[in-house]
Amino acid sequence: MTISREDIEKVAVLARIRVDDEQVSALEKDLGNILDLVDQLSAADTDSVEPMAHPLNAVQRLRADEVTETDQREAFQAIAPATENGLYLVPRVIE
Amino acid sequence: MQWDIVIGLEIHVQLATRTKIFSGSSTAYGAEPNTQANAVDLAMPGTLPVPNEQAFRYAVMFGLAVNAEIERRSVFERKNYFYPDLPKGYQTTQLERPIVGPGYVDIDLANGKSKRVRIHHAHLEEDAGKSLHDSFYDELGHGMTGIDLNRAGTPLIEVVTEPDMTNAEEAVAFAKKLHGIVTSLGICDGDMSQGSMRFDVNISLKPKGSETLGTRTETKNLNSFRFMEQAIAHEVERQMDILEDGGTIVQETRLYNGDRDESRSMRTKEEANDYRYFPCPDLLPVEIDDAFIDEARNSLPELPDARKARFMEQYSLNDYDAGLLAGDSRLAAFFEAAAERGKDAKLAANWVQGEFSARLNAEEKSVDDSPISGAQLGDLVVRIADNTISSAGAKKVFEALWAGENDNVDAIIDAKGLKQVSDTGELEKMVDEVLASMPDQVAQYQQESDPKKQKKMLGGLMGPLMKASKGQGNPKLFNEILVRKLGG
Repeated sequence: MTISREDIEKVAVLARIRVDDEQVSALEKDLGNILDLVDQLSAADTDSVEPMAHPLNAVQRLRADEVTETDQREAFQAIAPATENGLYLVPRVIE
Repeated sequence: MQWDIVIGLEIHVQLATRTKIFSGSSTAYGAEPNTQANAVDLAMPGTLPVPNEQAFRYAVMFGLAVNAEIERRSVFERKNYFYPDLPKGYQTTQLERPIVGPGYVDIDLANGKSKRVRIHHAHLEEDAGKSLHDSFYDELGHGMTGIDLNRAGTPLIEVVTEPDMTNAEEAVAFAKKLHGIVTSLGICDGDMSQGSMRFDVNISLKPKGSETLGTRTETKNLNSFRFMEQAIAHEVERQMDILEDGGTIVQETRLYNGDRDESRSMRTKEEANDYRYFPCPDLLPVEIDDAFIDEARNSLPELPDARKARFMEQYSLNDYDAGLLAGDSRLAAFFEAAAERGKDAKLAANWVQGEFSARLNAEEKSVDDSPISGAQLGDLVVRIADNTISSAGAKKVFEALWAGENDNVDAIIDAKGLKQVSDTGELEKMVDEVLASMPDQVAQYQQESDPKKQKKMLGGLMGPLMKASKGQGNPKLFNEILVRKLGG
Protein backbone atom coordinates (compact mmCIF):
# COMPACT_ATOMS: atom_id res chain seq x y z
CA MET A 1 0.00 0.00 0.00
CA THR A 2 1.36 3.38 -0.93
CA ILE A 3 0.25 6.87 -0.12
CA SER A 4 0.08 9.58 -2.76
CA ARG A 5 1.41 13.11 -2.57
CA GLU A 6 -2.16 14.33 -2.85
CA ASP A 7 -3.17 12.30 0.19
CA ILE A 8 -0.33 13.73 2.22
CA GLU A 9 -1.09 17.28 1.16
CA LYS A 10 -4.77 16.82 1.98
CA VAL A 11 -4.11 15.32 5.41
CA ALA A 12 -1.64 18.13 6.14
CA VAL A 13 -4.30 20.72 5.33
CA LEU A 14 -6.88 18.95 7.48
CA ALA A 15 -4.41 18.72 10.38
CA ARG A 16 -3.30 22.34 9.88
CA ILE A 17 0.35 21.29 9.49
CA ARG A 18 2.51 23.14 6.98
CA VAL A 19 4.51 20.66 4.89
CA ASP A 20 6.90 21.79 2.16
CA ASP A 21 7.66 19.87 -1.05
CA GLU A 22 10.82 18.19 0.21
CA GLN A 23 9.03 16.98 3.32
CA VAL A 24 6.22 15.57 1.22
CA SER A 25 8.68 13.31 -0.62
CA ALA A 26 10.18 12.11 2.67
CA LEU A 27 6.74 11.59 4.19
CA GLU A 28 5.59 9.71 1.12
CA LYS A 29 8.31 7.17 1.83
CA ASP A 30 7.99 7.08 5.63
CA LEU A 31 4.22 6.93 5.78
CA GLY A 32 4.22 4.40 2.93
CA ASN A 33 6.48 2.14 4.99
CA ILE A 34 4.25 2.45 8.04
CA LEU A 35 1.14 1.72 6.02
CA ASP A 36 2.81 -1.29 4.40
CA LEU A 37 3.67 -2.60 7.84
CA VAL A 38 0.12 -2.14 9.09
CA ASP A 39 -1.15 -3.63 5.86
CA GLN A 40 0.32 -7.00 6.80
CA LEU A 41 -2.57 -7.31 9.23
CA SER A 42 -4.88 -7.70 6.26
CA ALA A 43 -3.48 -11.19 5.81
CA ALA A 44 -5.24 -12.32 9.01
CA ASP A 45 -8.70 -13.83 8.56
CA THR A 46 -11.02 -11.59 10.60
CA ASP A 47 -14.37 -12.71 9.18
CA SER A 48 -15.61 -14.00 12.51
CA VAL A 49 -14.01 -11.28 14.63
CA GLU A 50 -16.07 -8.37 15.81
CA PRO A 51 -14.21 -5.05 15.36
CA MET A 52 -12.95 -3.64 18.64
CA ALA A 53 -13.67 -0.07 19.62
CA HIS A 54 -10.88 -0.08 22.17
CA PRO A 55 -7.77 -2.20 22.78
CA LEU A 56 -8.77 -2.80 26.41
CA ASN A 57 -11.42 -5.39 26.94
CA ALA A 58 -13.23 -3.37 29.57
CA VAL A 59 -16.37 -1.32 29.98
CA GLN A 60 -16.60 2.40 30.68
CA ARG A 61 -17.34 3.55 34.20
CA LEU A 62 -19.97 6.28 34.41
CA ARG A 63 -20.11 9.28 36.72
CA ALA A 64 -23.01 10.51 38.89
CA ASP A 65 -24.54 13.79 37.71
CA GLU A 66 -23.09 15.97 40.49
CA VAL A 67 -21.17 19.20 40.18
CA THR A 68 -17.61 18.52 41.30
CA GLU A 69 -15.75 21.33 39.54
CA THR A 70 -15.29 24.81 40.93
CA ASP A 71 -14.61 28.04 39.06
CA GLN A 72 -10.90 28.21 38.23
CA ARG A 73 -11.15 30.75 35.46
CA GLU A 74 -8.46 32.98 36.91
CA ALA A 75 -5.90 30.18 37.01
CA PHE A 76 -6.69 29.05 33.45
CA GLN A 77 -6.75 32.54 32.00
CA ALA A 78 -3.41 33.41 33.61
CA ILE A 79 -1.73 31.20 30.99
CA ALA A 80 -3.94 32.25 28.05
CA PRO A 81 -2.31 34.52 25.42
CA ALA A 82 -5.23 36.96 25.42
CA THR A 83 -8.42 37.41 27.43
CA GLU A 84 -11.00 40.16 27.86
CA ASN A 85 -14.14 40.34 29.99
CA GLY A 86 -13.63 36.71 30.96
CA LEU A 87 -13.48 35.58 27.32
CA TYR A 88 -10.54 33.86 25.65
CA LEU A 89 -9.52 35.91 22.61
CA VAL A 90 -8.44 34.30 19.36
CA PRO A 91 -7.68 35.81 15.93
CA ARG A 92 -11.01 36.81 14.42
CA VAL A 93 -12.94 33.95 12.90
CA ILE A 94 -14.65 34.86 9.67
CA GLU A 95 -17.45 32.65 8.41
CA MET B 1 -42.58 20.71 -13.98
CA GLN B 2 -44.02 19.19 -10.83
CA TRP B 3 -41.63 18.43 -8.00
CA ASP B 4 -41.68 16.22 -4.92
CA ILE B 5 -40.10 17.80 -1.86
CA VAL B 6 -38.05 15.54 0.40
CA ILE B 7 -37.22 16.74 3.92
CA GLY B 8 -35.21 15.14 6.69
CA LEU B 9 -34.35 16.75 10.02
CA GLU B 10 -31.45 16.69 12.42
CA ILE B 11 -32.32 18.02 15.83
CA HIS B 12 -29.89 18.89 18.60
CA VAL B 13 -31.49 18.55 22.01
CA GLN B 14 -29.60 19.95 24.99
CA LEU B 15 -30.04 17.60 27.92
CA ALA B 16 -31.12 19.09 31.25
CA THR B 17 -28.39 17.41 33.26
CA ARG B 18 -26.77 19.31 36.11
CA THR B 19 -23.27 18.68 34.77
CA LYS B 20 -21.50 18.24 31.47
CA ILE B 21 -21.32 15.02 29.55
CA PHE B 22 -17.64 14.34 30.30
CA SER B 23 -16.87 16.51 33.33
CA GLY B 24 -18.34 17.63 36.65
CA SER B 25 -18.70 21.26 35.51
CA SER B 26 -22.09 22.86 35.99
CA THR B 27 -24.29 23.41 32.93
CA ALA B 28 -26.42 26.17 34.54
CA TYR B 29 -27.39 28.76 31.96
CA GLY B 30 -26.32 32.39 32.21
CA ALA B 31 -23.10 32.10 34.25
CA GLU B 32 -20.22 34.55 33.77
CA PRO B 33 -18.13 33.53 30.71
CA ASN B 34 -15.75 30.62 31.25
CA THR B 35 -16.54 30.20 34.95
CA GLN B 36 -18.01 26.77 34.12
CA ALA B 37 -15.22 25.71 31.78
CA ASN B 38 -12.70 23.57 33.58
CA ALA B 39 -9.65 21.47 32.75
CA VAL B 40 -11.53 18.72 30.89
CA ASP B 41 -13.73 21.20 29.01
CA LEU B 42 -10.68 23.24 28.03
CA ALA B 43 -8.86 20.10 26.80
CA MET B 44 -5.92 20.62 29.12
CA PRO B 45 -3.19 17.99 28.61
CA GLY B 46 -3.49 14.98 30.87
CA THR B 47 -7.23 15.24 31.48
CA LEU B 48 -9.59 12.37 30.77
CA PRO B 49 -13.33 12.40 30.16
CA VAL B 50 -15.69 10.46 32.43
CA PRO B 51 -19.23 10.13 31.01
CA ASN B 52 -22.28 11.35 32.92
CA GLU B 53 -24.67 8.52 33.76
CA GLN B 54 -27.67 10.84 33.70
CA ALA B 55 -27.01 11.72 30.06
CA PHE B 56 -27.31 8.02 29.22
CA ARG B 57 -30.48 7.70 31.29
CA TYR B 58 -32.02 10.65 29.43
CA ALA B 59 -30.96 9.25 26.06
CA VAL B 60 -32.52 5.89 26.95
CA MET B 61 -35.75 7.59 28.08
CA PHE B 62 -35.84 9.43 24.77
CA GLY B 63 -35.28 6.21 22.85
CA LEU B 64 -38.12 4.47 24.69
CA ALA B 65 -40.43 7.44 24.07
CA VAL B 66 -39.88 7.28 20.31
CA ASN B 67 -40.35 3.51 20.11
CA ALA B 68 -36.69 2.94 19.33
CA GLU B 69 -34.25 0.14 19.92
CA ILE B 70 -31.72 0.87 22.66
CA GLU B 71 -28.13 -0.11 21.92
CA ARG B 72 -26.79 -2.14 24.88
CA ARG B 73 -23.23 -1.25 23.90
CA SER B 74 -22.45 2.18 22.51
CA VAL B 75 -19.16 3.70 21.46
CA PHE B 76 -17.83 7.26 21.32
CA GLU B 77 -15.91 8.51 18.31
CA ARG B 78 -13.92 11.61 17.55
CA LYS B 79 -15.14 13.93 14.82
CA ASN B 80 -12.11 16.01 13.91
CA TYR B 81 -12.28 19.64 12.84
CA PHE B 82 -10.71 22.91 13.86
CA TYR B 83 -12.73 25.72 15.33
CA PRO B 84 -11.79 27.95 18.28
CA ASP B 85 -14.91 27.07 20.28
CA LEU B 86 -13.87 23.39 20.17
CA PRO B 87 -10.71 23.27 22.29
CA LYS B 88 -9.93 19.58 21.75
CA GLY B 89 -9.89 19.89 17.96
CA TYR B 90 -12.55 17.19 17.81
CA GLN B 91 -16.10 16.68 18.98
CA THR B 92 -16.71 13.54 21.00
CA THR B 93 -19.79 12.00 19.43
CA GLN B 94 -21.19 8.64 18.33
CA LEU B 95 -21.26 7.33 14.78
CA GLU B 96 -21.11 3.55 14.34
CA ARG B 97 -22.83 2.54 17.57
CA PRO B 98 -25.25 5.27 18.69
CA ILE B 99 -27.20 4.76 21.91
CA VAL B 100 -30.64 5.03 20.24
CA GLY B 101 -31.40 2.95 17.15
CA PRO B 102 -34.29 3.20 14.65
CA GLY B 103 -37.65 4.42 15.99
CA TYR B 104 -40.61 6.52 14.94
CA VAL B 105 -42.97 9.33 15.89
CA ASP B 106 -46.55 9.77 14.65
CA ILE B 107 -47.55 13.34 13.83
CA ASP B 108 -51.03 14.87 13.45
CA LEU B 109 -51.69 17.00 10.38
CA ALA B 110 -54.18 19.80 9.82
CA ASN B 111 -56.28 17.62 7.49
CA GLY B 112 -57.01 15.33 10.43
CA LYS B 113 -54.69 12.59 9.16
CA SER B 114 -51.75 11.21 11.02
CA LYS B 115 -48.36 10.37 9.55
CA ARG B 116 -45.45 8.27 10.74
CA VAL B 117 -41.97 9.82 10.60
CA ARG B 118 -39.15 7.35 11.07
CA ILE B 119 -36.15 8.14 13.22
CA HIS B 120 -32.89 6.82 11.79
CA HIS B 121 -31.05 7.01 15.12
CA ALA B 122 -30.17 9.37 17.96
CA HIS B 123 -26.72 9.72 19.45
CA LEU B 124 -25.05 11.36 22.42
CA GLU B 125 -22.45 14.05 21.89
CA GLU B 126 -21.01 17.20 23.39
CA ASP B 127 -21.92 20.76 22.52
CA ALA B 128 -19.26 23.28 21.49
CA GLY B 129 -18.57 26.66 23.14
CA LYS B 130 -19.77 30.01 21.85
CA SER B 131 -17.93 32.48 19.65
CA LEU B 132 -18.68 36.15 20.17
CA HIS B 133 -17.80 38.26 17.18
CA ASP B 134 -17.97 41.56 19.05
CA SER B 135 -15.43 44.31 18.78
CA PHE B 136 -12.33 42.84 20.36
CA TYR B 137 -8.91 43.91 19.11
CA ASP B 138 -5.31 43.00 19.88
CA GLU B 139 -2.70 45.69 20.56
CA LEU B 140 -2.07 46.03 16.80
CA GLY B 141 -5.72 46.63 16.12
CA HIS B 142 -6.40 43.22 14.54
CA GLY B 143 -9.90 41.95 15.09
CA MET B 144 -10.29 39.19 17.67
CA THR B 145 -13.08 36.75 18.47
CA GLY B 146 -14.12 36.14 22.08
CA ILE B 147 -14.64 32.54 23.17
CA ASP B 148 -16.93 31.44 26.00
CA LEU B 149 -16.52 27.74 26.77
CA ASN B 150 -19.25 27.43 29.41
CA ARG B 151 -21.39 25.56 26.87
CA ALA B 152 -18.52 23.32 25.73
CA GLY B 153 -19.28 19.79 26.85
CA THR B 154 -22.99 20.29 27.51
CA PRO B 155 -24.65 16.97 26.68
CA LEU B 156 -26.72 16.79 23.52
CA ILE B 157 -28.67 14.12 21.79
CA GLU B 158 -28.74 14.56 18.06
CA VAL B 159 -31.88 13.06 16.58
CA VAL B 160 -31.67 12.16 12.88
CA THR B 161 -34.88 11.41 10.97
CA GLU B 162 -35.40 9.54 7.75
CA PRO B 163 -36.29 11.83 4.81
CA ASP B 164 -39.99 11.14 5.43
CA MET B 165 -41.42 14.65 5.37
CA THR B 166 -42.76 16.24 2.19
CA ASN B 167 -43.56 19.82 3.17
CA ALA B 168 -42.99 22.49 5.79
CA GLU B 169 -46.21 21.62 7.65
CA GLU B 170 -45.05 18.05 8.28
CA ALA B 171 -41.57 19.16 9.30
CA VAL B 172 -42.93 21.72 11.76
CA ALA B 173 -45.48 19.23 13.11
CA PHE B 174 -42.65 16.76 13.72
CA ALA B 175 -40.49 19.42 15.36
CA LYS B 176 -43.33 20.44 17.68
CA LYS B 177 -44.10 16.84 18.52
CA LEU B 178 -40.46 16.19 19.39
CA HIS B 179 -40.42 19.35 21.50
CA GLY B 180 -43.48 18.06 23.35
CA ILE B 181 -41.85 14.67 23.92
CA VAL B 182 -38.52 15.94 25.31
CA THR B 183 -40.16 18.55 27.53
CA SER B 184 -42.71 16.00 28.81
CA LEU B 185 -39.86 13.64 29.58
CA GLY B 186 -38.14 16.49 31.41
CA ILE B 187 -34.86 15.72 29.64
CA CYS B 188 -34.69 19.18 27.98
CA ASP B 189 -36.05 22.55 29.03
CA GLY B 190 -37.22 23.16 25.45
CA ASP B 191 -36.23 26.81 25.51
CA MET B 192 -35.50 27.35 21.84
CA SER B 193 -34.58 31.02 22.18
CA GLN B 194 -31.62 29.93 24.30
CA GLY B 195 -30.62 27.18 21.91
CA SER B 196 -31.91 24.25 23.95
CA MET B 197 -33.30 22.75 20.74
CA ARG B 198 -31.76 23.52 17.35
CA PHE B 199 -32.97 22.23 14.02
CA ASP B 200 -31.04 21.45 10.84
CA VAL B 201 -33.21 20.86 7.76
CA ASN B 202 -32.10 18.69 4.84
CA ILE B 203 -34.04 19.43 1.67
CA SER B 204 -33.96 18.03 -1.84
CA LEU B 205 -36.33 18.07 -4.80
CA LYS B 206 -37.04 15.36 -7.34
CA PRO B 207 -39.34 15.21 -10.37
CA LYS B 208 -42.80 14.15 -9.23
CA GLY B 209 -43.01 10.41 -8.80
CA SER B 210 -39.29 9.84 -9.39
CA GLU B 211 -37.57 7.21 -7.26
CA THR B 212 -34.16 8.86 -7.30
CA LEU B 213 -33.43 11.45 -4.63
CA GLY B 214 -32.06 14.80 -5.76
CA THR B 215 -29.00 16.53 -4.33
CA ARG B 216 -29.75 17.91 -0.88
CA THR B 217 -28.73 21.00 1.00
CA GLU B 218 -28.62 21.41 4.75
CA THR B 219 -29.92 24.59 6.38
CA LYS B 220 -28.47 24.83 9.86
CA ASN B 221 -29.34 26.03 13.33
CA LEU B 222 -32.96 27.09 13.01
CA ASN B 223 -34.08 28.02 16.50
CA SER B 224 -37.79 28.66 16.12
CA PHE B 225 -40.69 26.84 14.47
CA ARG B 226 -41.54 29.95 12.47
CA PHE B 227 -38.01 30.32 11.06
CA MET B 228 -38.01 26.63 10.25
CA GLU B 229 -41.19 26.97 8.22
CA GLN B 230 -39.86 30.06 6.42
CA ALA B 231 -36.46 28.53 5.78
CA ILE B 232 -38.05 25.47 4.17
CA ALA B 233 -40.28 27.60 1.92
CA HIS B 234 -37.27 29.71 1.00
CA GLU B 235 -34.99 26.78 0.20
CA VAL B 236 -37.63 24.89 -1.80
CA GLU B 237 -38.19 27.96 -3.94
CA ARG B 238 -34.44 28.52 -4.40
CA GLN B 239 -33.87 24.93 -5.55
CA MET B 240 -36.93 24.98 -7.80
CA ASP B 241 -35.69 28.14 -9.53
CA ILE B 242 -32.28 26.59 -10.16
CA LEU B 243 -33.65 23.28 -11.42
CA GLU B 244 -36.24 24.86 -13.68
CA ASP B 245 -33.53 27.02 -15.23
CA GLY B 246 -31.68 23.80 -16.06
CA GLY B 247 -29.11 24.21 -13.28
CA THR B 248 -27.88 21.71 -10.72
CA ILE B 249 -28.01 21.84 -6.93
CA VAL B 250 -24.69 21.94 -5.11
CA GLN B 251 -24.54 19.84 -1.96
CA GLU B 252 -23.79 22.41 0.71
CA THR B 253 -24.55 23.77 4.14
CA ARG B 254 -26.55 26.98 4.18
CA LEU B 255 -27.32 29.54 6.84
CA TYR B 256 -30.78 31.08 7.00
CA ASN B 257 -31.32 34.61 8.28
CA GLY B 258 -34.89 34.71 9.58
CA ASP B 259 -35.03 38.45 10.05
CA ARG B 260 -34.27 39.07 6.37
CA ASP B 261 -35.68 35.82 4.93
CA GLU B 262 -32.38 35.20 3.14
CA SER B 263 -29.96 32.31 3.05
CA ARG B 264 -26.34 31.99 2.05
CA SER B 265 -23.87 29.20 1.50
CA MET B 266 -21.73 28.37 4.53
CA ARG B 267 -19.55 25.64 3.09
CA THR B 268 -19.73 23.18 0.24
CA LYS B 269 -19.30 19.48 0.76
CA GLU B 270 -16.08 18.99 -1.17
CA GLU B 271 -14.18 21.66 0.77
CA ALA B 272 -14.43 20.23 4.22
CA ASN B 273 -16.48 17.64 6.10
CA ASP B 274 -13.63 15.16 6.06
CA TYR B 275 -14.03 14.55 9.74
CA ARG B 276 -11.78 11.47 9.95
CA TYR B 277 -13.94 9.78 12.56
CA PHE B 278 -12.28 7.14 14.70
CA PRO B 279 -13.18 5.50 18.03
CA CYS B 280 -12.14 7.72 20.93
CA PRO B 281 -9.22 6.03 22.70
CA ASP B 282 -10.00 7.98 25.90
CA LEU B 283 -13.36 6.30 26.34
CA LEU B 284 -14.23 2.65 26.67
CA PRO B 285 -17.43 1.28 25.19
CA VAL B 286 -20.43 1.98 27.42
CA GLU B 287 -22.60 -0.98 28.30
CA ILE B 288 -26.15 -0.62 29.49
CA ASP B 289 -28.01 -3.51 31.05
CA ASP B 290 -31.68 -4.43 31.13
CA ALA B 291 -32.05 -3.17 34.69
CA PHE B 292 -30.91 0.30 33.60
CA ILE B 293 -33.37 0.29 30.71
CA ASP B 294 -36.22 -1.01 32.87
CA GLU B 295 -35.55 1.68 35.44
CA ALA B 296 -35.69 4.32 32.71
CA ARG B 297 -38.89 2.79 31.35
CA ASN B 298 -40.49 2.87 34.78
CA SER B 299 -39.60 6.50 35.21
CA LEU B 300 -41.28 7.58 31.95
CA PRO B 301 -43.96 10.20 32.61
CA GLU B 302 -47.14 10.57 30.58
CA LEU B 303 -46.23 11.40 26.98
CA PRO B 304 -48.15 13.63 24.55
CA ASP B 305 -49.93 10.79 22.70
CA ALA B 306 -51.20 9.19 25.91
CA ARG B 307 -52.13 12.57 27.33
CA LYS B 308 -54.09 13.45 24.20
CA ALA B 309 -56.08 10.22 24.46
CA ARG B 310 -56.77 10.92 28.13
CA PHE B 311 -57.91 14.50 27.41
CA MET B 312 -60.37 13.23 24.81
CA GLU B 313 -61.70 10.67 27.26
CA GLN B 314 -61.60 12.60 30.53
CA TYR B 315 -62.58 16.07 29.32
CA SER B 316 -64.53 15.11 26.17
CA LEU B 317 -62.29 17.31 24.04
CA ASN B 318 -62.19 16.82 20.29
CA ASP B 319 -59.12 15.44 18.54
CA TYR B 320 -57.80 18.86 17.53
CA ASP B 321 -58.17 20.58 20.91
CA ALA B 322 -56.81 17.56 22.78
CA GLY B 323 -53.79 17.35 20.46
CA LEU B 324 -52.91 21.02 20.87
CA LEU B 325 -53.27 21.07 24.64
CA ALA B 326 -51.56 17.74 25.25
CA GLY B 327 -48.54 18.52 23.08
CA ASP B 328 -46.76 20.73 25.57
CA SER B 329 -46.54 19.39 29.10
CA ARG B 330 -46.64 22.82 30.73
CA LEU B 331 -49.60 24.02 28.70
CA ALA B 332 -51.31 20.71 29.47
CA ALA B 333 -50.78 21.16 33.22
CA PHE B 334 -52.08 24.72 33.00
CA PHE B 335 -55.18 23.55 31.14
CA GLU B 336 -55.85 20.78 33.65
CA ALA B 337 -55.63 23.19 36.56
CA ALA B 338 -58.07 25.53 34.77
CA ALA B 339 -60.45 22.71 33.81
CA GLU B 340 -60.53 21.21 37.27
CA ARG B 341 -61.20 24.51 38.99
CA GLY B 342 -63.50 25.79 36.25
CA LYS B 343 -65.61 22.59 36.02
CA ASP B 344 -66.16 23.29 32.30
CA ALA B 345 -63.33 21.68 30.32
CA LYS B 346 -64.48 22.85 26.90
CA LEU B 347 -64.70 26.46 28.03
CA ALA B 348 -61.34 26.16 29.80
CA ALA B 349 -59.82 24.67 26.63
CA ASN B 350 -61.15 27.59 24.56
CA TRP B 351 -59.67 30.14 26.92
CA VAL B 352 -56.30 28.40 27.19
CA GLN B 353 -55.98 28.12 23.42
CA GLY B 354 -57.54 31.50 22.70
CA GLU B 355 -56.92 34.48 24.93
CA PHE B 356 -54.21 32.85 27.05
CA SER B 357 -52.06 31.46 24.21
CA ALA B 358 -52.49 34.65 22.18
CA ARG B 359 -51.18 36.71 25.08
CA LEU B 360 -48.22 34.40 25.62
CA ASN B 361 -47.32 34.63 21.94
CA ALA B 362 -47.78 38.38 21.79
CA GLU B 363 -45.44 38.87 24.73
CA GLU B 364 -43.12 35.99 23.73
CA LYS B 365 -43.61 34.37 27.10
CA SER B 366 -43.65 30.69 27.98
CA VAL B 367 -46.34 29.14 30.18
CA ASP B 368 -43.86 29.24 33.07
CA ASP B 369 -43.62 33.03 32.84
CA SER B 370 -47.39 33.53 32.78
CA PRO B 371 -48.56 36.08 35.34
CA ILE B 372 -51.75 34.09 35.86
CA SER B 373 -52.21 30.54 37.09
CA GLY B 374 -54.39 27.79 35.69
CA ALA B 375 -56.50 27.92 38.84
CA GLN B 376 -57.15 31.65 38.34
CA LEU B 377 -58.25 31.03 34.79
CA GLY B 378 -60.46 28.27 36.21
CA ASP B 379 -62.11 30.80 38.57
CA LEU B 380 -62.79 32.99 35.56
CA VAL B 381 -64.30 30.04 33.69
CA VAL B 382 -66.64 29.41 36.63
CA ARG B 383 -67.99 32.96 36.40
CA ILE B 384 -68.46 32.75 32.64
CA ALA B 385 -70.21 29.39 32.90
CA ASP B 386 -72.60 30.54 35.64
CA ASN B 387 -73.44 33.71 33.65
CA THR B 388 -72.06 36.08 36.27
CA ILE B 389 -70.10 37.83 33.52
CA SER B 390 -70.42 38.12 29.76
CA SER B 391 -67.58 37.13 27.45
CA ALA B 392 -66.76 40.81 26.99
CA GLY B 393 -66.64 41.20 30.77
CA ALA B 394 -64.51 38.06 31.03
CA LYS B 395 -61.92 39.62 28.74
CA LYS B 396 -61.71 42.61 31.07
CA VAL B 397 -61.20 40.32 34.05
CA PHE B 398 -58.53 38.43 32.14
CA GLU B 399 -56.71 41.68 31.37
CA ALA B 400 -56.82 42.69 35.02
CA LEU B 401 -55.47 39.30 36.11
CA TRP B 402 -52.72 39.46 33.52
CA ALA B 403 -51.74 42.98 34.54
CA GLY B 404 -51.63 41.85 38.15
CA GLU B 405 -54.21 44.42 39.29
CA ASN B 406 -55.71 41.83 41.58
CA ASP B 407 -55.38 38.06 41.84
CA ASN B 408 -58.96 37.33 42.80
CA VAL B 409 -61.50 36.96 40.00
CA ASP B 410 -64.58 37.82 42.10
CA ALA B 411 -62.87 40.88 43.56
CA ILE B 412 -62.08 42.12 40.04
CA ILE B 413 -65.67 41.54 38.91
CA ASP B 414 -66.95 43.55 41.88
CA ALA B 415 -64.37 46.32 41.56
CA LYS B 416 -65.04 46.81 37.88
CA GLY B 417 -68.81 46.37 38.16
CA LEU B 418 -68.77 43.59 35.55
CA LYS B 419 -71.49 41.47 37.09
CA GLN B 420 -74.08 41.10 34.37
CA VAL B 421 -77.77 41.52 35.01
CA SER B 422 -79.54 38.21 34.48
CA ASP B 423 -82.77 39.10 36.24
CA THR B 424 -85.27 38.56 33.40
CA GLY B 425 -87.82 40.98 34.86
CA GLU B 426 -85.29 43.78 34.87
CA LEU B 427 -84.04 42.88 31.40
CA GLU B 428 -87.56 42.71 29.95
CA LYS B 429 -88.22 46.19 31.21
CA MET B 430 -85.16 47.48 29.39
CA VAL B 431 -86.12 45.66 26.20
CA ASP B 432 -89.60 47.18 26.33
CA GLU B 433 -88.19 50.66 26.74
CA VAL B 434 -85.68 50.30 23.90
CA LEU B 435 -88.25 48.78 21.52
CA ALA B 436 -90.70 51.59 22.34
CA SER B 437 -88.04 54.13 21.40
CA MET B 438 -87.27 52.44 18.07
CA PRO B 439 -90.61 51.77 16.36
CA ASP B 440 -89.17 51.97 12.81
CA GLN B 441 -86.64 49.20 13.42
CA VAL B 442 -89.31 47.05 15.04
CA ALA B 443 -91.60 47.43 12.03
CA GLN B 444 -88.76 46.63 9.63
CA TYR B 445 -87.88 43.50 11.57
CA GLN B 446 -91.45 42.27 11.54
CA GLN B 447 -91.80 42.79 7.78
CA GLU B 448 -88.53 40.97 7.00
CA SER B 449 -88.90 37.34 5.94
CA ASP B 450 -85.23 36.41 5.58
CA PRO B 451 -84.08 34.99 8.97
CA LYS B 452 -80.47 35.96 8.19
CA LYS B 453 -81.38 39.59 7.80
CA GLN B 454 -83.55 39.42 10.89
CA LYS B 455 -80.60 38.16 12.84
CA LYS B 456 -78.54 41.07 11.66
CA MET B 457 -81.27 43.49 12.74
CA LEU B 458 -81.26 41.96 16.21
CA GLY B 459 -77.57 42.78 16.36
CA GLY B 460 -78.47 46.41 15.68
CA LEU B 461 -80.77 46.43 18.68
CA MET B 462 -78.16 44.98 21.03
CA GLY B 463 -76.10 48.17 21.07
CA PRO B 464 -78.84 50.34 22.58
CA LEU B 465 -79.73 47.53 25.01
CA MET B 466 -76.18 47.17 26.27
CA LYS B 467 -76.06 50.92 26.62
CA ALA B 468 -79.32 50.97 28.58
CA SER B 469 -77.95 48.28 30.91
CA LYS B 470 -74.62 50.09 31.23
CA GLY B 471 -72.97 47.10 29.59
CA GLN B 472 -74.18 44.75 32.30
CA GLY B 473 -77.17 43.08 30.69
CA ASN B 474 -76.74 39.39 29.91
CA PRO B 475 -76.51 39.44 26.10
CA LYS B 476 -77.80 35.90 25.74
CA LEU B 477 -80.93 36.66 27.76
CA PHE B 478 -81.43 39.97 25.95
CA ASN B 479 -81.36 38.06 22.69
CA GLU B 480 -83.91 35.52 23.86
CA ILE B 481 -86.26 38.22 25.15
CA LEU B 482 -85.92 40.22 21.93
CA VAL B 483 -86.75 37.28 19.71
CA ARG B 484 -89.76 36.44 21.85
CA LYS B 485 -91.11 39.99 21.93
CA LEU B 486 -90.50 40.77 18.26
CA GLY B 487 -91.58 37.39 17.00
CA GLY B 488 -95.01 37.76 18.62
